[in-house]
Amino acid sequence: MATFRPHADLPPPATSSGALGWVRQNLFDSPVNGAMTLLALYLLYLAVPPLVDWALIKADWSGSRSEDCSKAGACWVFIGVRLNQFLYGFYPVAEQWRVNLTIALLVAFVLPLFIKRFVLKQWLGAALLVVYPIVAYHLLVGGSFGLVHVETSKWGGLFLTLVIAVVGMVAALPLGILLALGRRAENMPVLKALCVAFIELWRGVPLITVLFMSSVMLPFFLPEDMSFDKLLRALIGVALFESAYMAEVVRGGLQGIPKGQYEAADALGLGYWRATVLVILPQALKLVIPGIVNTFIALFKDTSLVLIIGLFDLLGSIQAANSDTNWLGFSIEGYVFAACVYWVFCFGMSRYSQWLEAKLHTGHKR
Amino acid sequence: MTTAQATGSAATAGAADAGAAMIELQGVHKWYGKFHVLKDINLRVGKGERIVICGPSGSGKSTMIRCINRLEEHQRGRIVIDGVELTGDVKNIEKVRREVGMVFQHFNLFPHLTILENCALAPMWVRKTPRKRAEEEAMQYLERVRIPEQALKYPGQLSGGQQQRVAIARSLCMCPKVMLFDEPTSALDPEMIKEVLDVMVGLAESGMTMLCVTHEMGFAKTVADRVIFMDGGEIIEENDPEAFFSNPQQDRTKLFLSQILNH
Repeated sequence: MATFRPHADLPPPATSSGALGWVRQNLFDSPVNGAMTLLALYLLYLAVPPLVDWALIKADWSGSRSEDCSKAGACWVFIGVRLNQFLYGFYPVAEQWRVNLTIALLVAFVLPLFIKRFVLKQWLGAALLVVYPIVAYHLLVGGSFGLVHVETSKWGGLFLTLVIAVVGMVAALPLGILLALGRRAENMPVLKALCVAFIELWRGVPLITVLFMSSVMLPFFLPEDMSFDKLLRALIGVALFESAYMAEVVRGGLQGIPKGQYEAADALGLGYWRATVLVILPQALKLVIPGIVNTFIALFKDTSLVLIIGLFDLLGSIQAANSDTNWLGFSIEGYVFAACVYWVFCFGMSRYSQWLEAKLHTGHKR
Repeated sequence: MTTAQATGSAATAGAADAGAAMIELQGVHKWYGKFHVLKDINLRVGKGERIVICGPSGSGKSTMIRCINRLEEHQRGRIVIDGVELTGDVKNIEKVRREVGMVFQHFNLFPHLTILENCALAPMWVRKTPRKRAEEEAMQYLERVRIPEQALKYPGQLSGGQQQRVAIARSLCMCPKVMLFDEPTSALDPEMIKEVLDVMVGLAESGMTMLCVTHEMGFAKTVADRVIFMDGGEIIEENDPEAFFSNPQQDRTKLFLSQILNH
């Protein structure tokens, strides 16, 4: 009887390798591509050297007054002098350790969660969600445990940006998930209608309008003696606004889960909540990581809109510094600085999401 | 209805305890909108009985077994599983689902969990078994379906036949009293069908009450106590496999058998 002998595996054909091969393959593989490459190089030649010249080579780095600036390039002295205000707003200098401590605590809480072998993750995660906010609140606001009360009107700079962004994200994700689940609850028409109405209402209104309403209109409707903190109102506005967007992102993920997953979870007797938390959401959220991070990044940049209700976040405090008569004419440096800070945070979030997607990828897609 | 309930469970009373009904369907009707998918289904399955259900696509066979664990809702009639009647009551539904395992055509493993986690999930969260014990038991069932070495892989890394065997093990981890199979081999490559059928035969020999929707007639001949033929939402014929295949009573059954056996 003949025996079938499989053909031995052959190595793949040798492709042009090495640096020169790569350049030829990717940059000059056709006349059009070659022309594009040359054009791009020319544009870079036009843009990059003057930028480097302005930002680094001819820039002024040391000094403490506007007279120290040569005006030949960027004057980073302006940023250096105002840095404290850009970072903390008007938070009293003597109390700024509290802000630093709050951020250090956050890092201390979050970092162990990334260590693979750390065993108490559930407890730490719970502490992060329950204990940390209370500690952070008392540290930042003060008025208890011998800490001086710092009014939120003095909060500002990057610190305020982070407060709004973090509170917004932490509140918007769970709220958004609940809204998305509610919108899909076909057998509970009233709940579903409420969720749809909430989502469509908040999505249909610009964030600026929400912030104006919260700071200007709301006091008209409330009794005289009842006054909310302005920052708190902005936080609630941002959280509700973003949760509506988040709900639609999460709903997209829920729709991407095959019906069989729901059926398998049901057939095992998991029940609605366990099926949702253990089976559906982990998959749905993983599916929409890009969308969630996209919303987070948008939220982070949208925090700059609080400027219009008189809160001085990073951009707001830079705007304020621009109008200082001692430092007129340095707004470009201020805006470039702001852009760099925003970019670092947003790029960081973007990279994190890509890392997370790769980490959660389990085998082949079906 | 012209059902030829000639022998039924009485003929196979040796294998099954006909006295204790595990599943009882009485006058069950179901509609999808205006479409009448199940018409007056009456079925009684004794403890330890193995039933194979066949019929053309759209005959309502899948719908019928999906009614048994309430993946589909019936609109008229009674369905009683091990003494618990399926109604709108969520508590009853969850009680029944805990005792009834189901294996699907497309496996429906949870892709974000490892094989072991897939198996241990329901015992841990529904039966409140401690993780260590749940995982030990899961390993035992994985050994029974002969893939313990895949325990730490993800479903996406397994072949279809392996995934289906994991799906069977996952259901068994809940120690169900009844197992439902909804075309478990229809989505498999021919080379993988046997490994899944072997596991199912082993399960049948262990005395599990089983309802299988399948067109694997060899399987029906080896393990079934009764074969049920459905068409147009009705049970057309019901007999022991020997009589069913050699001497079908209804023309519709003859036509169906000639089509699936002579190709």
